[in-house]
Amino acid sequence: MELTGAEIIWECLLREGVEIVFGYPGGAILPTYDALSKYQDRVRHVLVRHEQGATHMADGYARITGKVGVAMATSGPGATNMVTGIATAMMDSVPLVCITGQVPSTVLGSDAFQETDITGITLPITKHNFLVTNVKQIAPALRKAFHIARTGRPGPVLVDITKDAQNQKLDFTYPTEPLRLPGYVPPSAATPDQIERALALIKSAERPLILAGHGVMMSGAERQLLELAERAQIPVALTLLGKGAMPEAHPLCLGMMGMHGAAAVNQAIQSADLLLAFGMRFDDRVTGNLRTYSPNSRKIHIDIDASELNKNVKVDVGIAGDLRTVLEQLLPHVPSLSHAAWLGEIRNWQEETDERDIVHHVAPSDKLYAAHAIHDLWAATNGDAIVVTDVGQHQMWTAQYYLNQRPRTLITSGGLGTMGFGFPAAIGVKLGAPQETVWAIVGDGGFQMTLCELATAAQENVNVNVAIINNAYLGMVRQWQEFFHGERYNATPMHNPDFVKLAEAYGIAARRVRTRAEIPETVAWAHSINAPTVVEFQVEKEDIVYPMVPAGADLDKMIRRPAPPRNLPDWSENH
Amino acid sequence: MKHTLVALVENEPGVLNRVASLFRRRNFNIDSLTVGRTEDPNISRMTIVLDSDVTRVDQVQKNLYKLVNVIQVYEITEQPSVSRDLALIKVRASAEVAVLASQFGARIIDYRDGAMILDLSDEEDRVEQFIEALRPHGIIELVRTGVVAMGRGNHVVQAPQLA
Repeated sequence: MELTGAEIIWECLLREGVEIVFGYPGGAILPTYDALSKYQDRVRHVLVRHEQGATHMADGYARITGKVGVAMATSGPGATNMVTGIATAMMDSVPLVCITGQVPSTVLGSDAFQETDITGITLPITKHNFLVTNVKQIAPALRKAFHIARTGRPGPVLVDITKDAQNQKLDFTYPTEPLRLPGYVPPSAATPDQIERALALIKSAERPLILAGHGVMMSGAERQLLELAERAQIPVALTLLGKGAMPEAHPLCLGMMGMHGAAAVNQAIQSADLLLAFGMRFDDRVTGNLRTYSPNSRKIHIDIDASELNKNVKVDVGIAGDLRTVLEQLLPHVPSLSHAAWLGEIRNWQEETDERDIVHHVAPSDKLYAAHAIHDLWAATNGDAIVVTDVGQHQMWTAQYYLNQRPRTLITSGGLGTMGFGFPAAIGVKLGAPQETVWAIVGDGGFQMTLCELATAAQENVNVNVAIINNAYLGMVRQWQEFFHGERYNATPMHNPDFVKLAEAYGIAARRVRTRAEIPETVAWAHSINAPTVVEFQVEKEDIVYPMVPAGADLDKMIRRPAPPRNLPDWSENH
Repeated sequence: MKHTLVALVENEPGVLNRVASLFRRRNFNIDSLTVGRTEDPNISRMTIVLDSDVTRVDQVQKNLYKLVNVIQVYEITEQPSVSRDLALIKVRASAEVAVLASQFGARIIDYRDGAMILDLSDEEDRVEQFIEALRPHGIIELVRTGVVAMGRGNHVVQAPQLA
């Protein structure tokens, strides 16, 4: 059948199982948008308001569904606007295919109108990219792009397609021959020797600890993780992106580690004699000072990416492989073990941690602390919403107080820490999981970076709820200024718009919350509306995320919440 | 310590750029990088020399493998191998220079306007010694290719589907 390159693009997307494309049209991608009329009954196109939004929506969609997210944009500024979203996906190993139009091949390299070297620009922030200048290359490039994006350590792939390639015609049959990728062989299983050495360490450990990361979810190893933890009685600490890998209410699940992790978790890491790192990469926000990190432990590291082994932390057994496959190799040989003394020690640290926790303190009724707001949102949603965060203090409070019982229930930008991620990502999440209740928890700073997507949510009627944690500050930066820069609050106070009026201008229902008492009723109100809603929480302005390991400090040298907690005169009511 | 890596890569536009970009992004310092065609028109071969005191060889190797177009990476440092670095050196012509050239086995491949171009292909160390010996005689222009290397006898660097 004779098809244009533009039609071939849509045919390929259909073959890859794509249901939804987030995009923005423009000159160089126009033939592909023109061909959409033939395909829009089978593929939903969501018109965004900024191409960065398209990449974050595709990212959220991919994280919730496990499928490849697809974003589309035109050449030049359309393509460069995608850069932040692509880098975000790269750092968090999210499978994306980004399709950009490019100027006709006849003028490539001539600084033509809206020409930019997007394959050059995205070289370091994509898993791979393609420049397609001929209609014959479209299907092979897209097939490879989807394969590369979703296999191995997933990541974003960009396919840049010239306008003439989109317009050229080709007698097309979908290629079925095996992909020719001689240099692309993701690792899979462990060797018997690796399994043996890992087992020996597990059997001899007295103070073992599992560090569970994003890779647990990406390889679908949640069940294997639980089985190993329960049978060998090994407690589990989670990275930020690892939240959801194990139910947080499980007695062996300790919660989050790292810079704003629970003090007890970091103490456990520093005191362990064996770390089992599963699908995580020893990021500096997790390790603190590498020289003093978990000094007395042997280490087993399982990760799909061989270059992560021994990159930051030297390990005793490094296994490059798919986590679920490797755990399934390991499990039949793991005996029932008991580490009662070690678990008791950790429980004591946890009790001390709990005592200091603001969530157990009662604040004066005229004050609303963000931690309480997020805790109450958790309670009002029965802990069962999909929560998508932006970046900053609210993100850390969400990680601390919105406990995750299921995989893929916390969607957040971990590696790149992209402000502006949360709200558009939440739109993608809701479109990927329409049956779920979705809350975007964002700060007043980050929300304003991508709030133009309120129009997208309204136009597409995406039933996503936005909780703006408004402290009229860039709160995390303010916190660093308070701790490390002599309380000089340069460029962090924010004069914000009236968020309720703003939402209403987009035709979106909105409310404002000033006290804890209003929260349950407001959440119920938001859930009763089958359309997007915005809830602004006006919270205490100068608040701190505790505990905190200063950047580069030893993991157990945490800045702890003073007891009694600062600014909380009524704290003794409960204790 | 100097290490020599040989990488077989797909002969496609932009592959050298991907490798160079990787080294820059990961802050890998390399002594030399050469690239050229091989017996298979679909495959190019890179020889990378780096100093393990400055850059971690295992990380270079693993990150090269992450590039989709990189097919195979071999470390041949510990293998029996031969290596060559080619230098073209323009110097003022003199009898002493001609003697030095014959001592090092360099060829005089051009003589014009009182200058000669010497051609030496040898191991990197020998090439460096030759350059140092010439320096007092006034080097006008110098260019080197960087090191290429090959395992000896049965130590063959080949893409898996060719082996």
